[in-house]
Amino acid sequence: MARSAKIARRSFLIGSALVAGGLAFGYWRFVTPGPNPLRVGLGPDQATLNPYVILAPGGVTVIAPRAAMGQGAQSALAMLLAEEMDLDWETLRVIHGPPSDVYYNGAATAEALPFAPTDHSLLARGAREAGQVAAKFLGLQLTGGSSSIPDGFDKMRRAGAAARAVLLQAAARRTGLQPEVLKTAGSAVILPDGTRLRYVDLIPEARSIAPPQDPPLKPREAWRLIGRRVLRKGIEARSTGTERYGIDMVLPGMVFATVRRNPHLGAGVRRLDMSKAAAARGVHKVMPVRGGYAVVADNTWRAFQAADLVQVDWAPATYPADSAAMFAEVAGSFTEARRDSRLKDEGDVEAALSAPGAEVIEAEYRAPYLAHAPLEPMNATAWLRDGALTIWAGCQVPLYAASAAARAAGIPADRVSLHVLPMGGSFGRRLEDDFIAQAAEVAAAMPGVPVKMTWSREEDMTHDFCRPLAMARGRGRVGRGRIEALDLAIAAPSTTASQMGRLGLPSMGPDTAIVAGAWDQPLAIEALRITGYRVPEMAPVSSWRSVGASVNGFFHEGFIDELLQAAGADPLQARLRMITDAPSRKVLEAVGEMSSWGAPLPAGWGRGLAFTLSFGVPVAEVVDVEQTDQGLSIRRAFVAADLGVVVDPVTTQSQMQGGLIWGLGHAMGAEITFARGAIEQRNFDSYPFLRISQCPEIHTRALEVGDRVHGIGEPCVPPAAPALAAAIFRATGKRLREMPFSRQVDFA
Amino acid sequence: MRLVVNGIARQVEAEGDMPLLWVLRDILGLHGVKYGCGIAQCGACTVWLGAQAVRSCQTLLRDVDQPVTTIEGLGRPGALHPVQQAWVAHKVAQCGYCQSGQIMQAAALLAQTPEPTDAQIDDAMQGNLCRCGTYPRIRAAIHAAAAAMKAG
Repeated sequence: MARSAKIARRSFLIGSALVAGGLAFGYWRFVTPGPNPLRVGLGPDQATLNPYVILAPGGVTVIAPRAAMGQGAQSALAMLLAEEMDLDWETLRVIHGPPSDVYYNGAATAEALPFAPTDHSLLARGAREAGQVAAKFLGLQLTGGSSSIPDGFDKMRRAGAAARAVLLQAAARRTGLQPEVLKTAGSAVILPDGTRLRYVDLIPEARSIAPPQDPPLKPREAWRLIGRRVLRKGIEARSTGTERYGIDMVLPGMVFATVRRNPHLGAGVRRLDMSKAAAARGVHKVMPVRGGYAVVADNTWRAFQAADLVQVDWAPATYPADSAAMFAEVAGSFTEARRDSRLKDEGDVEAALSAPGAEVIEAEYRAPYLAHAPLEPMNATAWLRDGALTIWAGCQVPLYAASAAARAAGIPADRVSLHVLPMGGSFGRRLEDDFIAQAAEVAAAMPGVPVKMTWSREEDMTHDFCRPLAMARGRGRVGRGRIEALDLAIAAPSTTASQMGRLGLPSMGPDTAIVAGAWDQPLAIEALRITGYRVPEMAPVSSWRSVGASVNGFFHEGFIDELLQAAGADPLQARLRMITDAPSRKVLEAVGEMSSWGAPLPAGWGRGLAFTLSFGVPVAEVVDVEQTDQGLSIRRAFVAADLGVVVDPVTTQSQMQGGLIWGLGHAMGAEITFARGAIEQRNFDSYPFLRISQCPEIHTRALEVGDRVHGIGEPCVPPAAPALAAAIFRATGKRLREMPFSRQVDFA
Repeated sequence: MRLVVNGIARQVEAEGDMPLLWVLRDILGLHGVKYGCGIAQCGACTVWLGAQAVRSCQTLLRDVDQPVTTIEGLGRPGALHPVQQAWVAHKVAQCGYCQSGQIMQAAALLAQTPEPTDAQIDDAMQGNLCRCGTYPRIRAAIHAAAAAMKAG
């Protein structure tokens, strides 16, 4: 706890010095609730009952202050509030709302703590509490880390219950009845005689009633919305082309821009000749921006075309020039000097592996850089008017992005307002605010003119902040049908240090992301050691769906599958013997039952199993492949996970399917490589992803065993690659230790 | 140049080599059509040229010789096309960015092949990329739309 408290204190000190203006910090903010940001601009006929609810004559609006990037968090958060407030699901409206530190995410730091999710000790719980304090201090309104639901589970329900209490009082005032005799349902207060008083008709009374601080919550058995298969908000708009993403922004007199930055990531510009581009048809302006140049034209296509006409001499990259040199740096990082963490060290690994006659199994694993590549390329619209900057963009860190935009435009942070729009995917990409700062920089050079800045796909793919490349070296010993010793060393650049560095914040202590998904697994092995080594940053790196666990799940489970194979043990039965956590055992049992584990498979088929606990969620996956004349075909997959509580079963299933597909698709064929300091892949032709024709039949089961609620956006990713590798091994005899697998096998 | 888009004649002043995608989005304001890759690798920009599903990022303005239908012309909230109804009923969309293209491709498939098999669906839809992984729901929605359209 001392370490976490220190992180909180130091983060606070540095954060408060860095983030000026609109993000004022102070101790008072921790002891008193923040002001309700919804009061700004509220109409005279409207009421806001707390930072999560607006009542207007036209209906009830719920603020779900997390990014809409396809993961469904906004809709699920709204369900939590609507449950307690007894709102009519069909008519309520859900919005992101204004960025504010009131909407800090207290659960976002949990994964970064050096405590396993299954650790419920006083120390671990204390550290998670300290993380909440740090997030509150930092005004950390962040979407990521599968944390929206764990953070919002109590918050949103309390906000709904408090709003309901206000409306009961308002109705009591209106009718002269006691609140105790009143009921609520369908966005209305119900009087004893059955008369309905709609919430929105109680606005005059509700405006002056203070909400209770700690309203009671419904017992679980009284839930009527949580856990129900409701129609997720936004589905109809996303089925009719009427959802408005950032890239669809339209403003009067708007111009269209694109930016090209140095493909040697982070390096500058030596020489720029913009004359040809400036003379091109429809071009309004060509200008240098930080690390590159911008072209502003009367449509996006002309901006793209003109951007090709700029002659530029880029400064060279400051990191190793190609992937071979980068992997050499990783391979050379398994040294004492670069040792970052040893969070797991049980039994005597050295003795077990050096015992006379011990047969040591060794293996080396690799994972490449990967791009986020959401289908909507990075974009932002910015408009500087009378010294104030308004921005519309998809974003996972709105307060930090607003600060970055202010710095880029050279104006005070309190003169920036940011509207967070729905996103065409993100997968962690919009935890970075580089593109928002670019739009601000361009708009600042064109006062009075709204500028929509859109990247080409090629710019997007070659300027990502990738998942880091990584390597693992495993040593193990088996005997008596089980794993007796496992020593896993993992080397990777630190995503946390790279990200914090861009925010101007130092990162303290070891980076748990380097070993996440390996050190924290609920498996009992007599001699077990997990060591993390930190590789220098090289190309900038960032959080990619499931972060460290996305590679470590493959390393750890891939090597465990090898050891179990050598031990002659059944992959499921052996794991059930090793598992130390009850919910984890349940998901393994579930996936065994779903897949009829042990039943014979058709000839030419192979079956693999993997298990990874990440973001607090134990997930077990079984993958079946078939060797066909056209190559390997993934025929079936089974996914079981334990979420504690399934808030939105439809979205949960979608995330379980999507997480598995994300894990499979990238493991099969995707990699980002560098040559001459630049990313080589420029579009989806060289950065392939799983197509519908390659998609297996998928069976999912979401359990509610554990006593804490968890998010499901990421945890189904990590076991997919090792389950696929294990299946391929059983079908072909080929052991895959390097992603992407298409380097060694062919897929149909 | 004169275009017919969603049944309405439109006059467009632009270069002949401008991709239809950008004409629709930036000149005609039809934002349901999406830019994803610009090289016919993702299918997010799929529209109909006559009865044919095409990638509008690879269709040059001067080559547009038939009426254009975009997602906005297929159906709209409150008046959904049967394929869109199936998409809503099966809760297909996650982020939704690729779904305009998926729906236009699926509707074109069903117009030609009213009862497609899984293999025919895979064949017709494999050019439409979904990074969220909605494929299982897309398959189910296409079968449901086929059944609904057959029942009339």
